[in-house]
Amino acid sequence: MNYTELLRAMVPEAALVIGALFVLTLDLAFGPRRTLESRLYLAVTTGTAAVVAAMYGAFSSSLAGSVFGGALILDELTMATRLGVLVLAWITLTLAGSTARLRHPAEFVAIVLLATAGFTVMAAAQQLLVAFVALELASLSLYILAGFDKSKPESAEAALKYFLFGGMSAAFLLFGFSLIYGLTGSIELHEISAHLAAHPPTPLLSVALVMVLVAFGFKAAAAPFHLWAPDVYEGAPVSSAALIASASKLAGLTLFVRLLWPGFGPGAGNVSTAAGAPGWLAIVACLSAASLVLGNFAALAQSNLRRLLAYSAIAHAGVMLLGVIAAGDAGNGPLFYYVFTYGIATVGAFGVIAVIERTSPCQRITDLAGLYRRSPLLTGCLLIYILSLAGIPPLAGFFGKFTVFAAALNLGGLAGPAGWLAILAIFLSALALYYYLVILKQALVVPPAAATSSDPSTSRISVPVDAAIVLVFAALVLVVLGLFPSFVLRIF
Amino acid sequence: MNALPLTIYASFAGAVLALAAGTRSHAAARWIALVTALTSFALTLLAASSFAPSPGLQTIIDLPWIAELGIRYHLAADGISLTLLVLTGLAATVGVLFSWNIEHRVGEFFALYLTLIGGVFGVFLSADAFTMFVFYEIAIVPKYFLIANWGSPVTREHAAMKLVLYSFAGSALVLAGLLWANAAAVAHGSVSSFSLNDLAAAATHFSRGEQIGLFALVFTGFAVLAGMFPFHTWAPTGHVAAPTAASMLLAGVVMKLGAYGCLRVAMPLFPVGLAFWQPTIAALAIIGIFYAGFIALVQDDFKFVIGYSSVSHMGFVLLGLAAANATAVAGAVLQMFSHGVIAGLLFAVVGRMVYERTHTRQLADLRQLPLHRLLPFAALTFVLAGLASMGMPGFSGFPAELTILMGVWKTSPVWALFAGGGILVAAAFTLRAIQVSFFGSIPLSRVTASGSEPIHAGSLHHYEPITLAEKVGTALLLAATVYIGLKPDVLLDWITPALQSPLMQAALKGGSL
Repeated sequence: MNYTELLRAMVPEAALVIGALFVLTLDLAFGPRRTLESRLYLAVTTGTAAVVAAMYGAFSSSLAGSVFGGALILDELTMATRLGVLVLAWITLTLAGSTARLRHPAEFVAIVLLATAGFTVMAAAQQLLVAFVALELASLSLYILAGFDKSKPESAEAALKYFLFGGMSAAFLLFGFSLIYGLTGSIELHEISAHLAAHPPTPLLSVALVMVLVAFGFKAAAAPFHLWAPDVYEGAPVSSAALIASASKLAGLTLFVRLLWPGFGPGAGNVSTAAGAPGWLAIVACLSAASLVLGNFAALAQSNLRRLLAYSAIAHAGVMLLGVIAAGDAGNGPLFYYVFTYGIATVGAFGVIAVIERTSPCQRITDLAGLYRRSPLLTGCLLIYILSLAGIPPLAGFFGKFTVFAAALNLGGLAGPAGWLAILAIFLSALALYYYLVILKQALVVPPAAATSSDPSTSRISVPVDAAIVLVFAALVLVVLGLFPSFVLRIF
Repeated sequence: MNALPLTIYASFAGAVLALAAGTRSHAAARWIALVTALTSFALTLLAASSFAPSPGLQTIIDLPWIAELGIRYHLAADGISLTLLVLTGLAATVGVLFSWNIEHRVGEFFALYLTLIGGVFGVFLSADAFTMFVFYEIAIVPKYFLIANWGSPVTREHAAMKLVLYSFAGSALVLAGLLWANAAAVAHGSVSSFSLNDLAAAATHFSRGEQIGLFALVFTGFAVLAGMFPFHTWAPTGHVAAPTAASMLLAGVVMKLGAYGCLRVAMPLFPVGLAFWQPTIAALAIIGIFYAGFIALVQDDFKFVIGYSSVSHMGFVLLGLAAANATAVAGAVLQMFSHGVIAGLLFAVVGRMVYERTHTRQLADLRQLPLHRLLPFAALTFVLAGLASMGMPGFSGFPAELTILMGVWKTSPVWALFAGGGILVAAAFTLRAIQVSFFGSIPLSRVTASGSEPIHAGSLHHYEPITLAEKVGTALLLAATVYIGLKPDVLLDWITPALQSPLMQAALKGGSL
């Protein structure tokens, strides 16, 4: 146990937590005499500084491997995930700063920073307890963020639903962890793995793994644990929803792929061939298939933009789970690339919604009508995000799908469920294009409703400069990573 | 030759410029589009003038792109691609001329138009399956917006969605096939690669079942875009709803993407699969020729006649590919060029010259108008294009369909007999369209006497005259079809050596198994 080592490993988290406290203190000291806007500006600026400091810390940390007796691990995946969630948190914060009308700006920013700290620990956790604590730090912050808009009943509903589902899944996870601890006598992933490899699987172990997967399904919004997603995406304040949809997902996928492969790898079984050994892979494959089918088909029927994004998120979760299945063989590169670029596109789409909502409500898909006239910039950005989500080259979403499918098919071709899942996902992506085009049709084709000059839903939208910068940045990331995916893949 | 990739980059750059300029000046956007298209056309002609036919693709650029999966940015061309590149350049230029009258969101129109063109150039230049797929998809998405925004008001959204979903479903099949082929190649001990050469080499080790399955996926995927029966239904509705320039491009060039993919990817990579599916494809092609031809014969809508005629003529291309011998395939490529030019002409007459002046596409309405006197230029053009489309000697349709039939006869005289019957159907629906639309007028006196007013009677003689842009575009296309009709050897001298390459030979050998 070396505390300097621990301190060095946790520079990003330290920066975020200190930043959060600093934001609160500043607001306490200077807030009461200022307007809400300047308080928000101050909080967001301070918060952004903390995120940037954390980025620097994450970027400059050495890839030291296991630190602090194996509680944390600093490897390529940790670094990539930390930087990824920090970028996503930065975009979210900036958008919140220019669009949100919050009565408690400092608290909002501080909680975003705490959630981000939870994400970065999740990225590095290599021990059941640390994993659980990190997950809870992130989750509790997100529950509050979901309900942050006290004036809207939908926001409260979203928070309550999210909290109930999340609390339940955390209970499952903790129960699963305790069973695993009882069975293997350790909370260290490599010792659990060694124990599982040496002993035949027991029924109790299966129960424990299923419980862990329940929590995983919740975190990834995979069917049938997806029920919270549409309501939270719809009701939560836009910036909270953006964080839940992007950074939280990236951190969650990293956490669970680490638990599953390095930790419970010997219990994985095999889905590369038709008669493979049973194991948790089979369950993940079922969740993946269910999410792909349910997400894509339910999205077809949506008329609410945010609910549509939620169902598309469920469909994307299906592909992510396919990436988890393939990660044992192909490494974490394809999965990370997919989840990160998905997060960027989703944050961007929510950002567009947030900017529109400054002028006029943006809940139904038809609220986007005539966006091309109201703001060409937003339309262009939205086009890139949505086409990336739909998987159109040369945007990053296409290559993400391509590399995940290639990895899944390389497991054993069409000899086993993994390959067929990939084929299913490819065909469903053709279906998915329909609902993405429905969004784009409203934004790019349909003219605005009969214009009366006073009607805010047809007037031009002014995009704040900082929001414009992050939106264009996100679009550029999707284009550049789509053209040169090796930038990301090379890390792994 | 080495300047050919510039066609891709110029088109994309032109798209950005047209978008930027369109917000300020419509004229600027038009001129940018015209200059871009002309530049690309000139580049293809320049490459053609110095082209030395040789078997196999002549590599232009070959750079590592995504090393992790063995994907390379590999552009190359041979006689087949060059033929289609010249066609694309020509169609792009003429398409701009025929959309000179677009007034609504001009910058965006030409930006999407040029993006589509850039994607098409990219597909014809790709020698790596991944690169090709990327360009292929880039060409698909703009079609949706071109039709949904600038198409004919009632049907455009439905038609655009249908067309894009069909195309995308086809490309999903192709993607599944490519990924499966790559996985199978890796499983058989090859390095991961998407280069057509590497995939073809690896595919020789595939089992018969894999070859048959992969061929079915990839060929069907591309054939959707080529309008193969029974996956052709997107084509007539899409062509009809599209704005004129988009119809010309869709029928003229985009359908060729599908046929080109079949020829370049599916057939050389999976010759065993080709041998298995050959009779099926031929049967579907012949059904397509007749089915679409008969439907064209009874259409009430002028543009639908042309839409179905495209499907019918593409049936000849698919039949030529299915016959899979050097003559038939060369004929198929020639037919791709020929149909690209002729379909462009037909859609130009129907969509731009006639519809935008009379505002009706109903044959019943048109037959009441003395169109041959009101729009003599359009009538002349349509007669010439119709003759070309029927396969009259002196126009490009004749050598193309003749070469296909000669080739098909070598593989199966029965198929050739059927397809020959198809030419009669084509003649029937084309003549009917010519007669009814331009020469069907009842003398005005008799119409008024019987009490039924001819439509637009008041505006009969006030049609806007045919513009210079339309005349130039028509002249270019007519010149191309006559030139190739008289000297088909110009193209055949490029195409035939290209079929001697090892890849194409493998495909042709597969066809004779």
